[in-house]
Amino acid sequence: MEAILKAENIIKQYASHRALDDVSIEVPKQSVFGLLGPNGAGKTSLIRIINQITAPDSGNIWLDGQKLEPKHVEHIGYLPEERGLYKKMEVGEQAMYLAQLKGMSKSEAKAKLKEWFKKFDISPWWNKKVEELSKGMAQKVQFIVTVLHEPKLLILDEPFSGFDPINTNLVKSEILRLKEEGASIILSTHNMGSVEEICEHIALINKSKKILEGNVKQIQQDFKEGIYELKYKGNKIAFTNALWTSCELLDHQEDGDFQIAKIRMGAEKSPNQVLSAIVPEVEVYGLQEIIPSMNDIFIKQVETNSTKEVDHE
Amino acid sequence: MNKVSLIIQREYLTRVKKKSFIVMSIVGPILIAALMIVPAWLAMSDEDSQQIEVIDETGLFINQLESTKEVNFNYPMRSLEEATQELDKGGEYSAVLHIPKVVVSLPKTVQIFYKSKPKGSSIRYMEDQIAKVIEGKKLEDLYNLSLDQISGLRPDVRIVENKINEDGQTEKSAGGLAAGVGFALAFFIYFFIFLFGVQVMRGVIEEKTNRIVEVIISSVKPFQLMMGKIIGIALVAVTQFLIWVVLSGVIVVGVQSFFKEDLTKAKTEQIQQMEQFNPSQTDTANESSFVQKLNSKLQRINFPLVLGCFLFYFIGGYLLYGSLFAAIGSAVDSETDTQQFMLPVTIPLILSIVFAQTVMENPDGALGFWTSLIPFTSPIIMMIRIPVGVPPWELALSMGILILTFIGTTLMAAKIYRTGILMYGKKVNFKEIGKWIFHKS
Repeated sequence: MEAILKAENIIKQYASHRALDDVSIEVPKQSVFGLLGPNGAGKTSLIRIINQITAPDSGNIWLDGQKLEPKHVEHIGYLPEERGLYKKMEVGEQAMYLAQLKGMSKSEAKAKLKEWFKKFDISPWWNKKVEELSKGMAQKVQFIVTVLHEPKLLILDEPFSGFDPINTNLVKSEILRLKEEGASIILSTHNMGSVEEICEHIALINKSKKILEGNVKQIQQDFKEGIYELKYKGNKIAFTNALWTSCELLDHQEDGDFQIAKIRMGAEKSPNQVLSAIVPEVEVYGLQEIIPSMNDIFIKQVETNSTKEVDHE
Repeated sequence: MNKVSLIIQREYLTRVKKKSFIVMSIVGPILIAALMIVPAWLAMSDEDSQQIEVIDETGLFINQLESTKEVNFNYPMRSLEEATQELDKGGEYSAVLHIPKVVVSLPKTVQIFYKSKPKGSSIRYMEDQIAKVIEGKKLEDLYNLSLDQISGLRPDVRIVENKINEDGQTEKSAGGLAAGVGFALAFFIYFFIFLFGVQVMRGVIEEKTNRIVEVIISSVKPFQLMMGKIIGIALVAVTQFLIWVVLSGVIVVGVQSFFKEDLTKAKTEQIQQMEQFNPSQTDTANESSFVQKLNSKLQRINFPLVLGCFLFYFIGGYLLYGSLFAAIGSAVDSETDTQQFMLPVTIPLILSIVFAQTVMENPDGALGFWTSLIPFTSPIIMMIRIPVGVPPWELALSMGILILTFIGTTLMAAKIYRTGILMYGKKVNFKEIGKWIFHKS
């Protein structure tokens, strides 16, 4: 798939520490790309480099096949994590200002803003001062001015923080709609649930290095460990006896009348073989492969990556 | 560039629309006008003459002291006790002047009694009159001459100041008045740099604490944002200044035409009093000659040059300090943290106002020369010197240094600004800022 953004071997050195160490990512066109990593990993440094707020010490960035240049700011929409508005300015006036800074003409900005304000149900706020708005309201205005100029690339840093569940859904559906209309989105968040829900690709950055990149589904497949959850009714001892030649029992819990077992299948075994071994002994109600959540993958990767580093030292 | 002009526009409009700006625009000129009118008005309202009762034990002074509009001498021939008692009860006289017998040999024994203090100038006038009478008495006793006979002996000497300018031509110097005009303009520069420099700083801190800055610098370069802010606020300063000039002019002219007669009278009397301090000087001063003198002195000031330089040093000084204030604003998280950085920036500003007095006295002295070259003090000190006359090479050098310095400080400030605006929650010190300046982009 063609890439909207390519970052190649980015190195960013601050006085005392290296914020990005040879990081490369590739964001496919018309997709939602999750940029993940623990706090202080270097995500914001990378985002600022893409936005040309700071320059990398070495490495190249390509936007839609062209080397990144100042004129490209008009094709990028950026919602920073630390975001705010001029408190004393009126909402409409401020939105107009920010839109014009992105290169929109006055009339174009006004027409588009009216449209978006209507969609987000905030038209009556046009003449209100920002300081009169609640945090969630201000977030809506910020989201609108980020996407207003229809950028090819949207960079959203924790876009859902400060929104209630209803507005979170509204923003989520807007992000997906923008993607359908052709935009590519980089989503930086700690909310792994939303990553699984809307991201197609991710890159995981830890301690200034990229440690994982790829398709979300593929990564989940790669990280599955052959663990299944088995729900049955019957004698536990008979069940474990039937199981022991083919599988390893990891966990066993009772849930009312049911028994729930977590098992790891042997390398050569298939679910059918396991089932045929236990079906004579107990009544099986369900067998399901456990796909690791992004949350688990995240924690596991960051932890093993950190211990590896300790081993090296 | 288009984006910078957008920023300038926002910075300008949001400030000009603020209530505080409108209030300042109105209150400022009223204060300035008041400063010019109130002293004259007070002098005018002081006009009612003081009735002085003279107790003359020598008999020399009766009807010899010349009364004026302000000081009227009366000789009701009473004893000191009677007079002071009546003064205590609140009689028709406002003060009792007691001249003892020994006054000719011991002139410091004259006393005055009052309930409310007469003006200092009135007391000096009385001393003057008494001295004149004693002088006349002594002249007569010793040389058999009258005061009138020698009055022409002491001429009124005035030194006319001439300045030889660079072309070798002689021009009459406007002297103290020129330095006064210079000081007023210099003070304006000082005041505006402070007032609007701090506004630049506040604006930067506001953007930082409101967390808007990262949104904006994803659209424009930090340098553009900083310059837009500095220029926008400079335009606010110029607007405010013009409003003040026009409005205070209107107020002063309006009030003057309303009180025209009274005021000119008051002024004439003030002048007369001044002239009267000098006993040998005859009372020939009148309003027209005063105004003529003032006008001829004002004409000696090269106003196009002075105003041109005012604009230059105002803008130059503001840009120099404005960029430093912007850098300070970017390095801190809130206004309370600015103290340690403000001090080194404001010290040269305050020092230049402290030096201003000395420079007014001696515009071409060593202090004046060096402080009008050092760019941190030159916008204020040079402004004092220009109306008096400054060699063109000195002016050119001073301007050149100022231009180079503000380019330098702006570039340096830009480096601090670029790093500082994205730095939150970190206590910054000078060492840290030094790193920002020398770190490559």
